Amino acid sequence: MERATNKQKILIVDDSEMNRAILADMLGNEFDILEAEDGSEGVAMLQRHSMEISLVLLDIVMPKMDGFGVLTMMNKYHWIEDIPVIMISAERGSSHVERAFEMGITDFISRPFDALIVHRRVVNTILLYAKQKKLMSLVADQIYEKEHRSSLMIDILSHIVEFRNGESGMHVRHVHILTETMLTVLARKTDRYHLTPTDISVISTASALHDIGKIAIPEEILNKPGKFTPEEFAIMKSHSMVGAEMLEGLSAYQDEPLMKAAYEICRWHHERWDGRGYPDGLKEDEIPISAQIVALADVYDALTSERVYKPAFSHEKAVEMILNGECGTFNPLLMDCLRDCADEIQTELGNDNALRQNQREMQNVARELHKHEELTASERTLELLEHERMKYSFFAAMTEEIQFEYTVQPSMATLSAWGAERLGVDEIIMDPEHNEQAMKLLGRENWQGLADALHATTPGNPVVTYDCMIHYDDSEARWTRIIARATWSSDEPPRYTGAIGKAMDIHDSRTQMDNLERMATHDAMTGLLNHATAKKRVLERLKERPDGKYALVIFDLDHFKQANDTYGHMFGDRVLIHVANKLRQSIRDGDIAARVGGDEFLIFLECKMEIEPAVERIYSALTGRFENFPISVSMGVAAIESVGADYNALFQAADRALYTVKRSGRGYFRFYDDSMENTLSAISPIDGGQEAPPSAQTEKGEC
Amino acid sequence: MTLKECYAALGGDYDEAIGRLRSERLVQKFVLKFLDDGSYDLLCRSLEGGNQEEAFRAAHTIKGVCSNLAFTKLLDSSSRLTELLREGGGDPEEVGKLFEQVQEDYRRAAQAIQSFREEAEA
Repeated sequence: MERATNKQKILIVDDSEMNRAILADMLGNEFDILEAEDGSEGVAMLQRHSMEISLVLLDIVMPKMDGFGVLTMMNKYHWIEDIPVIMISAERGSSHVERAFEMGITDFISRPFDALIVHRRVVNTILLYAKQKKLMSLVADQIYEKEHRSSLMIDILSHIVEFRNGESGMHVRHVHILTETMLTVLARKTDRYHLTPTDISVISTASALHDIGKIAIPEEILNKPGKFTPEEFAIMKSHSMVGAEMLEGLSAYQDEPLMKAAYEICRWHHERWDGRGYPDGLKEDEIPISAQIVALADVYDALTSERVYKPAFSHEKAVEMILNGECGTFNPLLMDCLRDCADEIQTELGNDNALRQNQREMQNVARELHKHEELTASERTLELLEHERMKYSFFAAMTEEIQFEYTVQPSMATLSAWGAERLGVDEIIMDPEHNEQAMKLLGRENWQGLADALHATTPGNPVVTYDCMIHYDDSEARWTRIIARATWSSDEPPRYTGAIGKAMDIHDSRTQMDNLERMATHDAMTGLLNHATAKKRVLERLKERPDGKYALVIFDLDHFKQANDTYGHMFGDRVLIHVANKLRQSIRDGDIAARVGGDEFLIFLECKMEIEPAVERIYSALTGRFENFPISVSMGVAAIESVGADYNALFQAADRALYTVKRSGRGYFRFYDDSMENTLSAISPIDGGQEAPPSAQTEKGEC
Repeated sequence: MTLKECYAALGGDYDEAIGRLRSERLVQKFVLKFLDDGSYDLLCRSLEGGNQEEAFRAAHTIKGVCSNLAFTKLLDSSSRLTELLREGGGDPEEVGKLFEQVQEDYRRAAQAIQSFREEAEA
């Protein structure tokens, strides 16, 4: 369980319990001590607690993974940048010390050590890092604050322009959203313009300044409802150059990326792809991409907004007009982007009002928080995270469920305490794919199956349900349902980073289902298929491969009624079970055997060669004795080559052949031929439980 | 038997231990704990089983503990054994001889600590 404490945490990684105890004793009053008894456990602890650990005391010589192994991992995952490491070892070789320092340790203490010195160095190192961390978060907060302020200033500035312009006040905001949306699509589509996420953010922010030059245009011209005279239009057109010159005048900021982007946008957002724009008549990619995008965004928003000289067009109409080239010419690639994100734009713009309201509220809350607590933004985030983690581990400990978490890098599985105990494995399994315990539990096939399923998910649809047999606690294998959610990074394109999930024991319900299914498809007494299921399977087989060399066989036991009458029904049942077993043994894997009812059975078999020898073999396997009762069968066979690939026809033909055998003395088998076309059925339509019907009896001997 | 006498009996340097750990309480606590450490058993087992690598780690741990507690005599023999076992090298006969020395020193230390413990408990 987590203890509520404000002490800083020190992780001691040493294989000797005694060494850990000495260090823990020296430092335990002031710090919380975490202990790991070898390198890999140390890495697992770091993975779990990295944000909270203030210092690592690290031994070199350890089983499983040594101190250098730990340092390698700490470098790989950049923990070494935030967590100081003091190495403590009896190794004195200068190569060891040198290597350790090269791998980023802060200090090296050799054994035997002086308690006072260890204590002092630990405290100093932690203080030093704490100061550094505080500075880092101060800087981060200031940068955030600065960016926040500058975008606020830009917003104010552009609103002044809009206000003067008599626009809705939303134009700048819309252009920003449109620019950002289209740039993101463009960056996904091509790397022709080398757009990084930072570029996109800078250009979108700078887009707000596109009409800044209008501040210099006389208001009568700016807001003239009717058509411009050529002179007026010339003045109006000057706004792009004026804006650029205004920005150029701010010589102190010329190197700022924001400035550069704003300049491009101001000066060239009225250029056209075909070179017929102003002020410079640039064409195609001579026009910076920032200005191209903003020009398109500007036109779109102008079309969809009401102006003194025109009504607002619908989104569809605006997109159509732009794509038809009614509003200037644009980069074909950008037209594609507009087409691709047409839906997205509409949702984004639609959401915008609500979003802004939300943001304002959030900012108010944040400001309030800031006033009351002396916490910085990054500390607040950490605190929230810590709270979530505590909540999660508390609930995980409370529920009796096998919960797990898997990270790809480093490859590590973490199980809830209850789950680990239930499965009889460790809570933390490093590199499970090469861990014997984990593979024995899950099986390599399931590991791969699950991994494939998770990899195949998408960030939008990340959940996988996977049923498999799991070997609990080294013994029984039980049906288990794993529900897992793949975790994807927020990069573009997203990376698969691991999964979280739980495993549920569904063995009982699953076996119950299996039993029910078995009961529905099998004959309870003999365990053979029942007639309906056999028919279904035969039909499937005929559909799969209609040209196979099949035969359908029906047989019954001669004088079975006597067995029942003489020895009782219990004995009769045992005879049937005996025959069913013989039948099972004498057919091959692919063949189908069923109890049709009473003492009647059905076989469906396929022969590569001649059918007759196969039937003969089965026939002789079935006959013989069971205890005192002689077993003799009568059998009718219908081959597909003489009857056709039709189940009912085959069944009827085999039935007629069986009748023919019954009528002519029993105890052998016959193939159906055309001479039997008009004979009767041997099997009664109800359950076929009796001997042949009376009419058949009287006709006996005629054949 | 005082702790100091115990140190004399096991061939250790009491003053050095106190000088480093800075408290008699701590030294006594860890001296008593010494017998619970599994490294000596591990060393014996792994040498018998021919596992040089594990033997090296065990000897190395004994050496580390002895140096912290200033068990000079056992520190000396276990250090030499550690070096011999390093990188899996070492002439088996020489390893055997040194191991005997470590055994002798360990027994001596164990005996001294045992009697100290009994007296302390009584």
